[in-house]
Amino acid sequence: MSDSIHAPAGHIRVAPVDRAVEILDALPGGGIVLTTVEALLNWARSASIWPLTFGLACCAIEMMQAYATRFDLDRIGVIPRATPRQADCILVAGRCTIKMAPIVRRLWEQMPEPKYVISMGSCATCGGPFYYDNYSILKGIDTVIPVDVYVPGCPPRPEALIEGILKLQEKIRKEPFLRRNMVGASRGT
Amino acid sequence: MGLRTEELILNMGPQHPSTHGVLRLIVTLDGENITEVQPDIGYLHSSVEKMLEYRTFAQGIALTDRGMDYLTALANEEVYILAVERLAGIEVPERARYIRTILLELQRISSHLLWLGTFGIDLGAFTAFLWCMRERERVMDLFEAVTGGRLHHVYFRIGGVYEDLPEGWTDRVLEFCDYFLKRLPEYDELLTGNPIFKVRTQGVGVLPREVAVAMGASGPVGRASGVAYDVRKADPYEVYDRVEFDIPVYTEGDCYARYLVRLEEMRQSVRIIRQCIAQLPEGSIRARVPLSLRPPKGEVYVHTESPRGDLGIYMVSDGTERPYRVKIRAPSFSNLYALTEMMRGWKVADVIAILGSVDIVLSDVDR
Repeated sequence: MSDSIHAPAGHIRVAPVDRAVEILDALPGGGIVLTTVEALLNWARSASIWPLTFGLACCAIEMMQAYATRFDLDRIGVIPRATPRQADCILVAGRCTIKMAPIVRRLWEQMPEPKYVISMGSCATCGGPFYYDNYSILKGIDTVIPVDVYVPGCPPRPEALIEGILKLQEKIRKEPFLRRNMVGASRGT
Repeated sequence: MGLRTEELILNMGPQHPSTHGVLRLIVTLDGENITEVQPDIGYLHSSVEKMLEYRTFAQGIALTDRGMDYLTALANEEVYILAVERLAGIEVPERARYIRTILLELQRISSHLLWLGTFGIDLGAFTAFLWCMRERERVMDLFEAVTGGRLHHVYFRIGGVYEDLPEGWTDRVLEFCDYFLKRLPEYDELLTGNPIFKVRTQGVGVLPREVAVAMGASGPVGRASGVAYDVRKADPYEVYDRVEFDIPVYTEGDCYARYLVRLEEMRQSVRIIRQCIAQLPEGSIRARVPLSLRPPKGEVYVHTESPRGDLGIYMVSDGTERPYRVKIRAPSFSNLYALTEMMRGWKVADVIAILGSVDIVLSDVDR
């Protein structure tokens, strides 16, 4: 077969697919990957979750420990951002008071889509030890914003938080990201 | 010809990377200078004082961990338990008192380490955070081995502690002490002599002695302003009267002095831990206390030196198995109001340095 049949002079010559396969197969670890754009995007998104630097109470300390030396969330692509406009995930770490709830809601609204919420610890999940005889703590952050992953514990260990983030990555990879309007999976605002 | 200027009101928080929790500061600015700071608190009010009225004395321990200053869970347990023990007149075994003291001092180290790390971040020294967290993880391991928890321990019990120390734990603590004393000079190299750090902290946010006393500032904030008051010396509890340690006092009252006080306190904590381990007696770890404890009618005020300052509890018993009223005197609350005095007249860029140096925990402020 000839390479130059469809290549007029002066144009970039496009190698046929079987030629490309030959080249890639020669490379160590080379090969062709066929995927959908969506899966590729999801893979990229799941490996770069940028949460908001946002701590409410005790769980924020364990969150800091998870960011720090021993556990190092950076290695799974989690880099804290100081402003909601750059963040795509909010880690609600700790108990949320009724006074604080509108602010959490506003922070969530300020984040660009697609956005995710991890509820860290019992207090953010359901009120935790502040459930009974209490007048000031919100009984679960999911009464204010939609939550994707709940991490149990009081406070959860950094390992538990990492597990929660891995679960969120799993969820992102399965998401019909480009088709979400078609399948009616649109979230929130 | 004068420029027309007007006051600017700047809102900081409650979500701000450097407010150490959910504190809102309403800063009134004249150009770049701060004319007034108004803290708005209550974003983490957990109503723990009211909740304690609905818990039995033993149940309350778990709540003090979480509802009060979450960085110093054991110090909260300690003050609560001291109050109950004094109300009920319970004698605590010697060994338990030593174990408590060791853990309290470890807690002080871990709390100051976290402060040092976040203070470093506030001033742009990110390395300090990573180094401090590395050391803190080792303290967490020690806590975990004894109490089973990293942050919230629920280890102290009325009349003693929950369980005896695991085998070989004291050796691990001594090993940590050696390791930690070797690490501390590294912080000196990183921060104490650092010109940028010094320029941002030396002479910044000065709190004069009289103001510190008037505002009720205690702990490292007070001691940096020349108030030589430490509850561990002034009103000893547990075994602090049997160990030798110094209280670092500086008279400058600036952010740098507060930093130096905390660094020195960590060294003194190591000293206390070593002496306690050397003196650690054998024996029982828990006095016999009835399950449904009903202290006699009465009231008590107990204060201790938490890593943030003078932490007190006022407890009233009406003879039932639940306290009638609990009032917590939180050190961060008083220190927060000293903050308004410290910040007046400084530039807006110094807000973070001053706020960081005070080391407030909003859970302690709001309760």
